[in-house]
Amino acid sequence: MIPRHFFIALSILLAAVLGMSIYVWHMRGRAAATPVPSANTGPVVAPVAGNTERVTLYVAYDDIGILRAQPAQVPLPSVRQQRAEEVLRALITLYLDKSSPHPLPPGSDIRSIYLVDPGLAVIDINAAFADGHRSGVLAEELTVASLIQTLSANIPGILKVKILVEGRQRETLAGHADLSNFFDVSAINQLSSQLQSTQ
Amino acid sequence: MPSISRRVGRAPGHLVVPSPAAHPCSCGDNRPRHPWPRFFSLLTMLLFLCIPLCAAPEKHLSVYSTAANYSLPIVQRQGRDYIGLLELLEPLGTVSAKTDGLHWRLHYNNILGEFTVDKTRARIQGRDADLSAKFLMENGRGLVPLASLNSLLPRFLGGPANLHEESARLFIGNVATHFTALVAPEDPAHLVFQFTAPVNPSVATEPGKLHLTFSHEPLTAPASPTLTFASKTIPSAAYSEGNGAAEITVTTNVPLMAGFSNDGRTITLAPAKSLPAATVASKPAMPAPQNVQGAQSPPIPSSAPRRYFAVVDASHGGADRGEALSPTLAEKDVTLAFARRLRQELESRGISTLVLRDSDANLSLDDRAFFANTTHAAVYIALHAASSGHGVRVYTALLPYANATDDDRGPFRSWPTAQASSIPTSQAAAASVAEALKKGEITVRTLTAPLRPLNNIVTAAIAVEVAPPASDVSSLTAPDYQQLIAGAVANGIVAIRAQLAAAP
Ligand SMILES: [Zn+2]
Repeated sequence: MIPRHFFIALSILLAAVLGMSIYVWHMRGRAAATPVPSANTGPVVAPVAGNTERVTLYVAYDDIGILRAQPAQVPLPSVRQQRAEEVLRALITLYLDKSSPHPLPPGSDIRSIYLVDPGLAVIDINAAFADGHRSGVLAEELTVASLIQTLSANIPGILKVKILVEGRQRETLAGHADLSNFFDVSAINQLSSQLQSTQ
Repeated sequence: MPSISRRVGRAPGHLVVPSPAAHPCSCGDNRPRHPWPRFFSLLTMLLFLCIPLCAAPEKHLSVYSTAANYSLPIVQRQGRDYIGLLELLEPLGTVSAKTDGLHWRLHYNNILGEFTVDKTRARIQGRDADLSAKFLMENGRGLVPLASLNSLLPRFLGGPANLHEESARLFIGNVATHFTALVAPEDPAHLVFQFTAPVNPSVATEPGKLHLTFSHEPLTAPASPTLTFASKTIPSAAYSEGNGAAEITVTTNVPLMAGFSNDGRTITLAPAKSLPAATVASKPAMPAPQNVQGAQSPPIPSSAPRRYFAVVDASHGGADRGEALSPTLAEKDVTLAFARRLRQELESRGISTLVLRDSDANLSLDDRAFFANTTHAAVYIALHAASSGHGVRVYTALLPYANATDDDRGPFRSWPTAQASSIPTSQAAAASVAEALKKGEITVRTLTAPLRPLNNIVTAAIAVEVAPPASDVSSLTAPDYQQLIAGAVANGIVAIRAQLAAAP
């Protein structure tokens, strides 16, 4: 004779197993239904839910070493943090394109952006982005200014930015641009104006 | 202990931790985005930040001897401090031990010590020795009471041993390092410490105080533990010992910087470049004097600060090659060649110049800033080389974000924004150098850059990034191109010399 409490425990376990199976099946279905965004599909980002909106990207041009403000239509979700990620992904997609004006290493991506009130944005880039980045004061600062200026121009209220690599603090992007401190967005705004002319 | 230790330009960690509210659910987004990877990366970040905070301090005995300076863990048993005797003697001679039931026999050179578990008496060379508390054995490891070392060690070592039990410091033989502290009569803002042997303390600051902590040096107390000086800026200093270290705490009403010289036998404390009290940099982590010797370029003058007008810094070096300008050309070699040429050009125009890295050694960014600051030069020039673009870029510091609550402690200004009050002079210097380069028909731009250590320098500071005149990278090594640029940069510095010299 099976003891009663043993039977109850077994039933609960079986119910849990069944529940987990249904959940896993559901998650698998969701993942399968999601289109995998291709890496280099041109200057337009992978489609996301929400209307496309006009944003301003600050695009680095290596040939003359400048930043150029460039309008783009980007599909934007309504959540602020996801908007931030999509705007920067649009910029990076452009840099990964064959005709990139400021090539980034293959596989460069934004892992995530955290928006922390008041006014802090943490941009977490992946290892490929930083490890393969070209070294040089101007080459690195064009990347940093492009990211931060694009972010702050399209997501209001950001005062300071921290750039992490794979979730960790790093001394520099590729030997020059200092990542150990917080970037002052107003200082980056001024730098971006300087970078928009060759003088 | 100091409340701020080794503030070296690292961002305050707590600000890096994203708040959970900052990443809400991914509803409305069809990108595959599961919360777990993010959760784990967050957890990793939190752990990463926690580790230094969670490590509980362990009690250590610092041992100073002519053979070695070392440190051993102190264990607490039965309310007393104990130490492993074999581990203590090991660095000093040939030592071995044998366990026989409750008996433990230790041979040190030709001396035999016999110990018995739970006995307060031991026998050394057949004669009784009092241990003041029970002998203990743990896994064959003999533990003796810390308090017994004063009587026990001379029996083994045949010479004096002096235990400072309260502060857990043990002096074996005649190893003390003594010091004097004097305020220079002609300059009461400078406090000069002279040591009888090289020292390398860690330096930390808190409002109104500077702490020098000596963990590896047998520093001994001066005649009086409190020293007073006829100086308004540095009225006193106090000596104390604790937890295996000696500490000198200097009371001051201005922010101080510490400079090493005389192979680490002299430490000079001086106000950080006579800046207004609210805008001065606190000292960074102390560079080890041996690093300086390793660099084969003594950046610190051999006595109290001698004034170089310019400090030229050949960026990168050693393992840090900088940009790979070509498969065979590293940036570090180009910057060194430029630095030497620039020194020659500056010196020939009557400007005394120190090249910070005069060999293929690497200096940390903190060390570079520290050396530049302690030489009290009027201008700091960092040199970089790049393959992209043309001509020369002249940079001034783009200061990191700072707000009063994060970064300022009393009269101290944080290390990351030490450059703040010199920005106008730096910009004037950059404009002057750019003007001179234009006269030499060299393409030039002036920009700000988030480029360390510019932001850590208290005086005027610029960085010069040299790119080839056209697309050929090899022209970076061409003597006439280097000469053209070095000459123009030197002209630019000469043109603004008076303003640089007059800057506070
Ligand atoms: Zn460089």
